[in-house]
Amino acid sequence: MSAHYSLADTAASAPLAPRLTFVEEVVKFVRTKPLGAGGAVIILGMLVVALFAERLAPYDPYKGDYALQFARPSAEHWFGTDEFGRDVLSRVMYGARIALFVGFTASFAGCSLGALLGVVSAYSGGKVDLLLERLMDILLAFPQLILALAIASILGPAVQNVVIAITIPIIPRAARVVRATALAVKENQYVEAVQALGALRRRVIFQHIVPNIMAPYIIILTAALGAAILAEAALSYLGLGTAEPTPSWGLMLSGSASSYAEKAPWIALFPGIAISLAVFGFNLFGDSLRDALDPKLRRG
Amino acid sequence: MRTYLLKRLFLIVPTLFGVAALVFVIMRVIPGDVTALILGGDQTGRIDRQQIDALRHQLGLDQPLLVQFGSWLWGVLRLDFGNSLWTGRPVVEELLVRLPLSLELAFLATIVSVLLAIPLGMLAAARQDTWVDYLVRVVSIGGLAIPSFWVGILIILFLVIRFGWGPPLEFTPPWVDPWANFQQMVWPVVTVGYRYAAVTTRMTRSTLLEVLRDDYIRTAWAKGLGERTIVIRHALKNAMLPVVALIGTEFAFLIGGLVVTETVFTLNGVGRFVVDAVAHRDYPVVQALVFVIAGSFVVVNLVVDLAYAWFDPRIRYR
Repeated sequence: MSAHYSLADTAASAPLAPRLTFVEEVVKFVRTKPLGAGGAVIILGMLVVALFAERLAPYDPYKGDYALQFARPSAEHWFGTDEFGRDVLSRVMYGARIALFVGFTASFAGCSLGALLGVVSAYSGGKVDLLLERLMDILLAFPQLILALAIASILGPAVQNVVIAITIPIIPRAARVVRATALAVKENQYVEAVQALGALRRRVIFQHIVPNIMAPYIIILTAALGAAILAEAALSYLGLGTAEPTPSWGLMLSGSASSYAEKAPWIALFPGIAISLAVFGFNLFGDSLRDALDPKLRRG
Repeated sequence: MRTYLLKRLFLIVPTLFGVAALVFVIMRVIPGDVTALILGGDQTGRIDRQQIDALRHQLGLDQPLLVQFGSWLWGVLRLDFGNSLWTGRPVVEELLVRLPLSLELAFLATIVSVLLAIPLGMLAAARQDTWVDYLVRVVSIGGLAIPSFWVGILIILFLVIRFGWGPPLEFTPPWVDPWANFQQMVWPVVTVGYRYAAVTTRMTRSTLLEVLRDDYIRTAWAKGLGERTIVIRHALKNAMLPVVALIGTEFAFLIGGLVVTETVFTLNGVGRFVVDAVAHRDYPVVQALVFVIAGSFVVVNLVVDLAYAWFDPRIRYR
């Protein structure tokens, strides 16, 4: 069995099912999981906007124009302007960059660290397992938001600190799920076989266990992505995330947006739609992916 | 079962000790000094060094950290969480002022979410991969995706523009004036309830889907029972355990976790209390709240696990 994991491996794991090419796999996913495909389209759209914000955004997101304060949405400014006369559409577009950056780095770092700890914990067993489990229990019981609040207060408001604040609560959650799977994988005969052949611990873990915990890993990763984007927005909204003038969606909703909401509701409207749409896309995609990867939920 | 229970109860101790130590260390690492904040307020005026030292001594902050930690832990064991550095009142007293609001919000939001979630989740599972399922899933994923503070902002905005209504500043308990209480709580309850309905709907759907594939359900179909009977009487019963467990853990979270909702609706609940306490560097308050929230999380989890063992004969703990 190949050590490299791909979607094709699980989807075709039914006995003697024909192997599908990647394109066929995608077509099958779109056909059987239309919601998931919709999610993928939203995610791709966000990625394009984030990557090409300089080209796509009609205005400079930082440059205000006091003559244009609180301009209503119009042909020049589709989403209107804010209290400094900055173009809301451009700020929402650049905001995709922050949201996706924080979302991807925090969920990837958190899930990977957690998965690593989970695998090591399950494979080592004994005292190491007990100790790591207790550590994860402590982190799990610790209220997430207070942890994020504290980290943000210690490190100060900056994008990379927000990433750290969001990463840490993800770690124990990922560790727990992956540990449970790894415990089952460890009991397989092929693991025993390579151990009997004298394979190194590191080799057993990375070549034989890690590839087999990829399904839960991908599932928690996609779930964490949406949650991380929401967490960034919430932290920024509370004034503990990114600081002005960075165009972050959560920050755009905080303070000024609510105080001017009556006069210029569009300032609060569009960043909120952007957050919802992004998280919606990731959850939709993640959900369908879980259905596809989890044999228990496959239609039999 | 008894050894399992004892083991689990025993493991609570290191977890809570770890949480206590972690929050203690974190609070001391956060830059900023409570004495300077008390003396100077929010302005950055010049504060007398001697005054600060005197206050530090008075609050016991000049003692070694280990001594402070030890005396705090000793207090916790006697259920004495100390006094707030900010107001000087006992932490427990301050907490009890805010707890009714948070409990009411959590309780009502849970009811709303359960009333929405179980029928919807059932419907989606029974009609998997039809438009009904898609609709329920889109609505519930939406509930997870839409930030609650944004919903709050939109609701307030709508009410202000439409009716000139603003959220009241003081909390009116239901036993004082039920109508005023209702007016104040209905929107936060709807906002939070929708979000938690989304979580619970998804859980109901997926566990029910698993159960509906079981052999005994096929048998029920084979003997000619109606769909309603099969789903409600046979499947739902066996699918409810994870759902009830989820509702339990969510409730534990709701009590302290509604910071953002409370901020939007200017409700003075436990969540806001935590944020303000962190901002004020009010060590005893933050420590007590983290300890209480973590403690209820651990206890609820234990109860949930035991409930699994109790209700599901397939699960046997060692």
